[in-house]
Amino acid sequence: MLTIDSVSKRFGEGTLALDGITAGIAPGEFVALLGPSGCGKSTLLRLLAGLEQPTAGAIVWDEGHRPAAGGVGFVFQDATLLPWADAAENVYLPLKLRGHRRADVADRVHAALAQVGLADFAGARPKQLSGGMRMRVSIARALVSEPMLLLMDEPFAALDEFTRHRLQEDLRTLWRKTGKTIVFVTHSIYESAYLASRILVLSPRPGRIAADLRADIPEGPDRRETAAYTGLVHEITETLRAVMPA
Amino acid sequence: MNRTIERAAPFALGLISLGLWQGLVWALAVPPYVLPGPIDIVAAFIGDFNTLFAALLSTLAVTFSALLIATLLGVFLAVAMAASPLFRAAVQPWAVIIQVTPVVAIAPLIIIWVGQPFMALVVCAIIVSFFPILSNTAAGLAATPADLLDLFTLNGATRLQTLFWLRLPAALPNFLVGLRISGTLALVGAVVAEFVAGSGGFASGLAYRIIEASYRLEIPRMFAALLLLAVSGIVIYAALGLLERFLLRRRDGV
Repeated sequence: MLTIDSVSKRFGEGTLALDGITAGIAPGEFVALLGPSGCGKSTLLRLLAGLEQPTAGAIVWDEGHRPAAGGVGFVFQDATLLPWADAAENVYLPLKLRGHRRADVADRVHAALAQVGLADFAGARPKQLSGGMRMRVSIARALVSEPMLLLMDEPFAALDEFTRHRLQEDLRTLWRKTGKTIVFVTHSIYESAYLASRILVLSPRPGRIAADLRADIPEGPDRRETAAYTGLVHEITETLRAVMPA
Repeated sequence: MNRTIERAAPFALGLISLGLWQGLVWALAVPPYVLPGPIDIVAAFIGDFNTLFAALLSTLAVTFSALLIATLLGVFLAVAMAASPLFRAAVQPWAVIIQVTPVVAIAPLIIIWVGQPFMALVVCAIIVSFFPILSNTAAGLAATPADLLDLFTLNGATRLQTLFWLRLPAALPNFLVGLRISGTLALVGAVVAEFVAGSGGFASGLAYRIIEASYRLEIPRMFAALLLLAVSGIVIYAALGLLERFLLRRRDGV
């Protein structure tokens, strides 16, 4: 789908955030960008979204994969919903910005809400929803424009553990059902091992790719208890230990 | 403590103070041209009600005209400053200079320049009141969450879409705080301008009645006019506070 071609990013004259990142992302992959705080993983995500430009190197899109405006779905760490708009209005926003009339896309908005299990909460304002539900609305908003690429920046980091597990399971199901390409930033080893089909481990400051791991865990409700999962967690932990400064 | 008692406490204190005041005026036989008792003031209020009420309407007309224009001007300047850093750099020092110059000092000039008395008073009140709306709205516009701005960018939003669908609604709470402060300042500005204008001005507002009463040593009438001013200020402040709560509740649905 795209190639990250020896991309570096320096902010102003200051610190080098990313140093020579090279990786390809294939359509349908679920890539976790894993690393400690300050390793530049969020910066890399913003580069993929086009919100920042690399200092050196380039993001090269494959033929026919370069996204138009709204072709990339982005989910932030906070739900970042408009507090004055109800759930349906928030999900409708990306389509509204591209000039679609509400009545013409009502089905798509409803389908996106149903996809995250919030079909009955279309009229609720963000303040009336729980943290987990707000994040679901945020995911529905990213999905409604049917983007080729879904970028997620530690979306579950602020949620309690029960809610986080539920949302991880639902996101995994959604990915398997839709085959979307997802790049998911996280600093949780367990989250990356459970969710992703591929894990890019970044080293801290400046961010370099320390390991490129395939996750090969059998599907099923008890994925978190399989030997493959524990083995992967162990492998990631060892990789991170090797690149972290003492 | 019981909530009802807590609510009643300020009123009780007020009543007790009024009683003490009247008692002292009687006991020490203070002449009304030095300090009238509450009963004299109420009598003056009732006796001069028509004159005072007309004066109040005149002052409020200045106040609300000024507040309306200050709101439009403040919001317009705040939006322009948010849109253009150059415009902000050019305007900000002048806005501060106008804000820190005491209106009493520039009111005579304004009265001469504007000529038409009503408009002169309105201009003075605008100068006193527009700054809180400007600075609060500008702060609100600048504090739009960065993630939401990114979201709008990602979806190819135009500047106007971002302004009307994100920045302005996001700045609403700050704007309303500014409006509440400006509301009472507009009243202050109107009264100060009336004082400066004196008989050469519009000659019909509450401040003019106060000057007139002081010339004639009608101190109870002066107090009655003062009372009306204080009540108007409180009502404006409270009404804008209610508007703020109502709009924010409606906006956020809780």
